[in-house]
Amino acid sequence: MAEKLPDNVFLTTLDAAASWARKNSLWPMPFATACCGIELMATASSRFDLARFGAEVMRFSPRQCDLMIVAGRVVMKMLPVLQRIWMQMPEPKWCISMGACACTGGVFDTYAVVQGVDRFIPVDLYVPGCPPRPEQLIAALIEMQDIVQKTGTHNGREFGRRTTATGPIPIELDEIRRSREALPIVDLPIYNSPNLN
Amino acid sequence: MLDTAAFVARFNGSTSEFRDNRRAIVPAAKLSEAASALKTEFGFDMLVDVTAVDYLEYEGATDRFGVVYCLLNTTTGERVILKTFVNDPDPALPSVYSLWKGADWMEREVFDMFGIKFEGHPDLRRILMPDEFTAFPLRKDYPLKGRGERHNFPVITRAES
Repeated sequence: MAEKLPDNVFLTTLDAAASWARKNSLWPMPFATACCGIELMATASSRFDLARFGAEVMRFSPRQCDLMIVAGRVVMKMLPVLQRIWMQMPEPKWCISMGACACTGGVFDTYAVVQGVDRFIPVDLYVPGCPPRPEQLIAALIEMQDIVQKTGTHNGREFGRRTTATGPIPIELDEIRRSREALPIVDLPIYNSPNLN
Repeated sequence: MLDTAAFVARFNGSTSEFRDNRRAIVPAAKLSEAASALKTEFGFDMLVDVTAVDYLEYEGATDRFGVVYCLLNTTTGERVILKTFVNDPDPALPSVYSLWKGADWMEREVFDMFGIKFEGHPDLRRILMPDEFTAFPLRKDYPLKGRGERHNFPVITRAES
């Protein structure tokens, strides 16, 4: 069959073609809350030019995005918002956790800051640094393109493999000690997490 | 110029001074009276800040919470700090919202962080923490890492999103 085709026609699988198109036109959703957000802005600026990778179309509506970049610390008041935005993004979708705070809570080991967004939403790539330089984010994006090319089409295999969450880890011993040291409050109702539905 | 010593004498209070910061310390029962006098008689028309201090385990402290009102006279530039003390189990103070509208969010913040109620406040809700939060994080007996609130969220896995 290939002999009858003209030279400018390629044969491929739909899967590979779709993945190729997706990887070269990632539309990021910037979930930027802190200093990492400034680095994210710089990455999109002319100096670093995220447009080279087809990812310059930052969309502020989750309905139009396929790549969430969580840049900056996420507090417990903001986490339901993050989860809602993630749920609103159409599939296939990916997530980059950018910077120490988004990955682990960073230096903010306090009552309000979530200790890593990967405990509550799936994360594909982690960018270390505090904050990471734009080059690091670009490197992550190239890496992400690789992931998208390999597993881009939602064919069930890739998603079927990841059914377990990475978190949350139960309260560590140190936290149990601290809360025991604290004066007990009788009948303290524990914080009720908001219903996402 | 406000004579703090003479002023606090009217309210059985005390006064102290540190590097030009003049404090008028009055009993909680006399707070509205003192605040109102400062506004109407002495022209302190701006409430710069309302905040609180938790004196739990503080050396020599006799009261649990100190509530601090920083006042400014915008005509003369004069400043004074009005301070009062409240105690457990139900720390409450009259709101100064009727005197300074700026007290609205500041009193909400003090309520949110320390659990001090302001009676007469028009809308005393949490302002920084989520509405569902039950503790008061800036109290000294609240652990820095919380009581597990930050872990208490539904987990979204790859399969279900």
